[in-house]
Amino acid sequence: MTAKLRALSFAALLALGAASSARAEDDPWPGLKSELFQSRTVTEDAAAIELEAPGRAEDAAIVPISVKLPAALGAVKSLTIVVDKNPAPVAAVFKFGPAAGSGDRTIATRLRFDNYSPLRVIVEKDDGTLVMASRFVKAAGGCSAPALKDADEALANLGKSQVKILAEPAGKPANGTAVVMVRHPNYSGMQMNQETGLFIPAKYVSEMTVERGGQRVFALEAGISISADPNIRFTFAGGDDNRITVVTKDSDGNVFTAQSQLNGT
Amino acid sequence: MVSAGQQRADEPLPMQGARPTRCGASLMTAAQSRAIHVAMLNTAPHRALRAGLATGPGLVRSAIRATTEAGRGPSTPSAGLVVHPSRRALLRGLATVPALATPLGRAALAQEAPPQPLPTVEVAPGIHVAHGQHALMTPANAGMISNSVIIVGEQGVAVVDSFGSAGAGRRLAATVARLTPLPVRYLVNTHMHPDHVFGNASLVGPETTVVGHAKLARALAARGERYLTANGPDLAPTDFRGTQVVLPTRLVETSLTLDLGNRPLTLTAMKTAHTDNDLVVRDEKTATLILGDLLFAGHVPALDGSLKGWIAALNLLKTWPAERAVPGHGPASMPWPGALDDELRYLTTLAIDVRAAIKAGRTLEDAMATAGVSERTAWFLFDAFHKRNVAAAYAELEWE
Repeated sequence: MTAKLRALSFAALLALGAASSARAEDDPWPGLKSELFQSRTVTEDAAAIELEAPGRAEDAAIVPISVKLPAALGAVKSLTIVVDKNPAPVAAVFKFGPAAGSGDRTIATRLRFDNYSPLRVIVEKDDGTLVMASRFVKAAGGCSAPALKDADEALANLGKSQVKILAEPAGKPANGTAVVMVRHPNYSGMQMNQETGLFIPAKYVSEMTVERGGQRVFALEAGISISADPNIRFTFAGGDDNRITVVTKDSDGNVFTAQSQLNGT
Repeated sequence: MVSAGQQRADEPLPMQGARPTRCGASLMTAAQSRAIHVAMLNTAPHRALRAGLATGPGLVRSAIRATTEAGRGPSTPSAGLVVHPSRRALLRGLATVPALATPLGRAALAQEAPPQPLPTVEVAPGIHVAHGQHALMTPANAGMISNSVIIVGEQGVAVVDSFGSAGAGRRLAATVARLTPLPVRYLVNTHMHPDHVFGNASLVGPETTVVGHAKLARALAARGERYLTANGPDLAPTDFRGTQVVLPTRLVETSLTLDLGNRPLTLTAMKTAHTDNDLVVRDEKTATLILGDLLFAGHVPALDGSLKGWIAALNLLKTWPAERAVPGHGPASMPWPGALDDELRYLTTLAIDVRAAIKAGRTLEDAMATAGVSERTAWFLFDAFHKRNVAAAYAELEWE
């Protein structure tokens, strides 16, 4: 792309008022931070949150990350995942509920990286303080092209979901672990329909609510920085009824539900 | 084979050009997001970018001119050589300098040597393989990291795959010209990956039909811009110049027979395997199978479709009679069906190891570190592709 076209593109972006994101292209974090948290203090503390992510991703469209919130962190309200240099930098916001549990908790998922970028996870504790861990991930090119390998199959299976209990809670309220998987292309909206010259609108998982026995584990707001076929592994507090129910919504308004098997398989 | 645009060594990623959108920091409603995406990406500058996509000889020609004029790198087409207008007029008048008379004539002014033909191996009468090296795309190899096949019939030529840059494609065109005066009637792409299609624009003449799997056009439309952006920096500007995404106009839904003049070719569209748009060519005269990236030899296979589908495709191909096979990466000619053995072993090992990891409840990260490691010493470029194959396999098999 020539310098001239690049300049035109930037002008177009600014003209269309792409929020505040057009500023500070070199370091998006200050702008993102103030949009997400206004003037609140975000304390970086790599010891408080265990963030695992590859330093160098093998596949930019499927970058596995894992966030462990240790018992010492205490009660938390939310977890926000940010990939600074992605077109949609706020990858996910998890809001935790009563069945999220305490002790050592984990959230793991797979992200798309469009550029080499910092990856940040910001926890809002129950006392309102914000704690962050971050990692620089070398990966590029995940967002603007479909990761999905078979476009027809992806659409044919849209929304099929599975919830599996990976580890049963040892008793209540000890934590169990489960995973929810949803078939969805999570289109980024950056692919073009060759016949019309128009871009295929984004089609992605936008919300997910997970409950254990009718009590909320978390409510998730997600976007196109989550890999195709969203996959979320999480801990939950054991209760009287350990069935996990998941309701997923996508940007088209489709709703998909899934439930784990009764005996925890 | 996928490009190595993402596989940089530890150098920082060069500026890849403005990403089309910054949606804003906060998550927004679906309708907002959709509206912004569609509005932003349909603006004139982005439509101008789309000028890089072409469908057929006419559009390709004008696109080539547009790209040459728009320029990549230095803005003067003469790449640093300033040509006085009167001198330019004088040069234009020199009919004896054929290079200057062509649309690409400016290349000569840019001090490029005329494209040199490539060495080929005639693996069967009339079947000439131009053989690439096992490497990631670099300026030194100009994207000649796959195999291209020239098939000569009595009335015309088919070229199967065009290497990984317009520069390499120009050399391929020169190679055809040296072999025969017959025109390239068909340019067949075995699948979408840049190292097989980026030379297309250099091969398309007024009589050329570009042929591919029915899903190839859609696949290239979805990925073409990203391929150009990601791989442009891997190539020398003189080779990247003129590189276009050229879409097929003849699409193969199941099978198609082309005739080069007493030389029928059978083209078969495969179900999702290496990619979701794999096409196989069989030269009936010599019973030669041209498999594109359904077959890797030496170079580690790269999975960008379906692992199960690929294993099924190979088991099917095994039943087809043939005298020899030409892989997309590997030696110019391989015995049949033994050619498939190593690759089937790799893919099957991958499936077994990944299924075992999933069954044992091990994570994707864990599987990426452990699955298929027994294959490491059997393949070139293992470290560049294997873990990505594991990730793709895991994401596929976890749904079983």
